Amino acid sequence: MSMIEFHNVEKYYGDFHALTNINLTINEGEKVVLIGPSGSGKSTLIRTVNGLERVQSGQLLVNGYDLADKKTDMNKIRKNVGMVFQHFNLYANKTVLENIMIAPRLVLKRPEAENKKLAMDLLDSVGLADKAGNLPSQLSGGQSQRIAIARSLAMKPKCLLFDEPTSALDPEMIDDVLNVMKNVAADSSMTMLVVTHEMGFAREVADRVVFMADGQILEDDRKEQFFDGEPTNERARQFLSKIITH
Amino acid sequence: MVYILTHYWSELIQGLGYTLLSSVIALVFSTVIGTMFAIFEVLPNHAMRIIGRIYIEIFRNIPLLVIAMFFYVIIPMYVAKIDGFTAGTIGLTIYTSSFIAETVRAGIQSVDNGQMEGARSNGLTYWQAMRYIVLPQAFKIVIPPLGNQFINLVKNSSVLAFVAGFDLMYQGNSIASLSLDTINSYVVVGLFYLVITLPLSYYMQHLEKRLAN
Repeated sequence: MSMIEFHNVEKYYGDFHALTNINLTINEGEKVVLIGPSGSGKSTLIRTVNGLERVQSGQLLVNGYDLADKKTDMNKIRKNVGMVFQHFNLYANKTVLENIMIAPRLVLKRPEAENKKLAMDLLDSVGLADKAGNLPSQLSGGQSQRIAIARSLAMKPKCLLFDEPTSALDPEMIDDVLNVMKNVAADSSMTMLVVTHEMGFAREVADRVVFMADGQILEDDRKEQFFDGEPTNERARQFLSKIITH
Repeated sequence: MVYILTHYWSELIQGLGYTLLSSVIALVFSTVIGTMFAIFEVLPNHAMRIIGRIYIEIFRNIPLLVIAMFFYVIIPMYVAKIDGFTAGTIGLTIYTSSFIAETVRAGIQSVDNGQMEGARSNGLTYWQAMRYIVLPQAFKIVIPPLGNQFINLVKNSSVLAFVAGFDLMYQGNSIASLSLDTINSYVVVGLFYLVITLPLSYYMQHLEKRLAN
């Protein structure tokens, strides 16, 4: 069963052609890493998957709903599709525990005791149970991002989107966040689409690697083909050689 | 001054009461209406934004006295019998709400867009995100300018004097003409306004400090 299907999707910002003829299918439980130079449209693409950006034409099916259709209720999609942002976007006016509990309470009407227990379990699993009462402003970047992942997981989504989750972090924080993401990936039913430059993570976790440039998908390979074989696309090869040597 | 105070005490207290009552009613409703139009102005819906814009630009740019007179004269002629106090308070509410709308809108727009995006991606509806995440942060930011609006509101309630609203200013005018002691009459009235505005001012500062932590 496919979780995400792009069919001939086009996206414009005014005159700027942000996404050109995107065709991409991601199956349930698949882990896909999306890479490409900045301005290539990877963030735009991932943001279309939960409706933060609308697409102008084509068909975009997520969990069975067509996001290109204006009548589609985005809230229904977002219940099952979580998102982790580069800058965390934790609720600045809520404690860590409230950050995790508010959406399940308001959206899923999860009973309070159960909600709290699940939230604490999640905090425990990301190693931050002692931060439950803190405000986001009191956390480091790495801690914030782990809380943000816990917040997404609290909704028990079928699919998680990660938009450069480690790009804003100090180097020594990155591994903590990647480890949490690897734990999430250990759940074989969880679909993951990850925009990242962390090639170690891609090698370890991804099933497929998709390369984008200029708003187009230029390469879509099994992980083994991409890293151990060679990308067929010239720009993908160049890009790969540059980031691997770093 | 003591003569004015002792001789016209009951008129002054009555005036203070009407000024307070009008101010409290206007404060509550202008905050609610102002916030509503502030939200109109940031909605994705284009038509709603225009409605918000028109409301604010009209009532922010007409003198309060004209708005109060409109309600005092026109409404009783064509719609319903209302007294000067009601007309003045409605005018004050609408006038102030346009300023509060602008203040709150600025507050909402100063909250990082990531807060709304985070909430929406988390599954919250637009209104849930507004109510629980964006508005609380926006209000925290706009408490100082909102405090200014509230103090202006109390002072602007003196417009009631022109529409027979029996407020402090109205009583001041009448005391001045009865006692023929113009200076002391208005000094006393001024002091009575301070009795309302100074505590309000200190309370807003206190709120600002408390929420800063």
